[in-house]
Amino acid sequence: MTMVTEKDINEQIAWAKINTDVLKSMENPRPAYWITLAVCIAMVACAALAEYIQYTVGMGPANLNNPHMWDMYIAAFVFWIGMSHSGTLLSAILHLIHADWRKPIYRFAEAMTTFSLMTAGLFPIIHLGRVWNMYWVLPYVSDRGIWPNFRSPLVWDAFAISTYLSASMLFLFVGMIPDLAICRDNTTGWRKRLYTILSLGWIGSDQQWRNFRKIYLLMACFLIPLAVSVHSIVSADFAMSIMPGWHITTFPPYFVAGALYSGCAAIITLFVLLRYFFRFEEYMTLPLMEKTAKLTFAIAMVWTYLNLIEFASVWYGHDIYNKELLIAKATGPYAWIFWTMLFCGSVLPFTLAFKNLRRHMPTMFVVSLFLNLGMFFERWMIVAPTLSMSHEPHQWDVMYGSIVEWAIVFGSFGWFGMLFLIFVKVFPSVSMYEVKEMVFHRKQSLGEEDLARMTDHAKPVTQTTGGEGT
Amino acid sequence: MSKKRMMGLFGDFEEAHDAIADIRRNEVPGLTVDAVTMTSPIEHPEVEEVLGDRPVHLQKFTLFGAIFGVVFGFIFLAAAQASFLVQPQGGKPVIALPSNIVLIYEMLIFFAVWLTFFAFIFLSGLLKKRSTLYSEKVSLDQVAIIVEVDENIGESVKGLFQKHKVLEIREEAIR
Repeated sequence: MTMVTEKDINEQIAWAKINTDVLKSMENPRPAYWITLAVCIAMVACAALAEYIQYTVGMGPANLNNPHMWDMYIAAFVFWIGMSHSGTLLSAILHLIHADWRKPIYRFAEAMTTFSLMTAGLFPIIHLGRVWNMYWVLPYVSDRGIWPNFRSPLVWDAFAISTYLSASMLFLFVGMIPDLAICRDNTTGWRKRLYTILSLGWIGSDQQWRNFRKIYLLMACFLIPLAVSVHSIVSADFAMSIMPGWHITTFPPYFVAGALYSGCAAIITLFVLLRYFFRFEEYMTLPLMEKTAKLTFAIAMVWTYLNLIEFASVWYGHDIYNKELLIAKATGPYAWIFWTMLFCGSVLPFTLAFKNLRRHMPTMFVVSLFLNLGMFFERWMIVAPTLSMSHEPHQWDVMYGSIVEWAIVFGSFGWFGMLFLIFVKVFPSVSMYEVKEMVFHRKQSLGEEDLARMTDHAKPVTQTTGGEGT
Repeated sequence: MSKKRMMGLFGDFEEAHDAIADIRRNEVPGLTVDAVTMTSPIEHPEVEEVLGDRPVHLQKFTLFGAIFGVVFGFIFLAAAQASFLVQPQGGKPVIALPSNIVLIYEMLIFFAVWLTFFAFIFLSGLLKKRSTLYSEKVSLDQVAIIVEVDENIGESVKGLFQKHKVLEIREEAIR
């Protein structure tokens, strides 16, 4: 009895159909696409209004004051930086280990990275209050002889995030060049002009493919340590202080695991949405969702373990401030956020262990949203309780954020959604040439298997040609 | 003698591969694989068996970018910190190596990645004016072989292409 494995992708799919399906998706999405885009724009409008109030009145409406000099904005900043991690990092890792199932889904994941970083980058600026002075963070010498403090992790952040943003955008762009050439050859009007410029004259020559293979490999090799360094440095914003709850050795891996986790959850959310909006059932298949869900589950368990390690080291460390803070997190005014975080982050992922649930798109969509709610609460639990219950008891208070803060954070989701939805409408969200490669290699290996089977049975051999997808 | 460029479009990679293999076996006197370019909708590393070893030098630029990032990063940061001399440092070193290592690490990656990208554009022959022999079918599912030949062997090349079930042949004169 032979076991039948469900295929990631149908290897009989014609290459012309791949081009047609993906190009059509850019022209003709479902109405739900437009509704979602409109909702995102409305959310951005809310945030713009809130920022206008904050800009004209000052930081008062944001409730930023001692001891809460960091608050919702920094929690949102960490959340969005975290969200950016799975796309490029997972794409690079899966590329290096030759996991070809990444091919139909990596493009939108990488785009997610870029737009998450662009969203995250807004928060330090908004948080400054005096946004017009944001250029002070750039390393240049001013007429007063002042340079940024290079010993501060906040300056490291500026370096790391700008490097990560530019490298991720390049990685996304380079991976898209052959597809942009396909778009150039199959569109008219403004799209043709745009793709002609962006495809840089790609013709798919053997010389270009050889260099392409090399650059993709090299960039993947650089992006993995870069992505790890970025979130480690973000964790250093906290861990290099001596505040209780922040001065923790495991913070860098904890942040990286949390980043991968929220990124994977976001990939599931966007997977479900794109599959529906653009009718991508043939490319974003159930086996691919299963693999993504399994990966998310594994990362969720790593995150859970790191949480437990942190709790254990605080509990047995007998540092009175840290221990009291941990108890306050679990039993104090933030307890409902703490327990919701643990439920969403550590218990809910067990739904991903069930095959039937992994294959049910509405369930996966809802679960992924809750996973990310848990991850947002995680960031909230990192920032707020420490500031609420620090060394000075006379400063203790509770902070849930003002309406202006919530509006801006809410709007950041709209901003991300808007950028992402515009991207998938203008650029192919499924990599056409890589899906073709996937189909080609699957077909070839099928041909070889058939050949081997026939030889085993001593039958006349008729080798399949593989062909170029016709 | 005048030269021309010829392009044969093939329905699948195997036929194109075999045609190049024939060129390699000198089936058309006066035409070598050095004059052959293959264009395809996907990457076919297998073609290197017949096209021969065509080295890629991209990684050298990456290495140069990485080294430049380290050197420039150190000099830039040290120069910036040295201008702090007028400010009290509270007993800390003016040039702080541990924090600089973090920043130099980022600059290493930044310059390595960007230089690799620019080298990629240069070495891949991108941003050049496209030949009129380009076929849009290559971005769909066909494979093209482009050769530069003397006028007098044009017919032999056509014969070779036809032997391998070429779908279409196009030509252009090289000025």
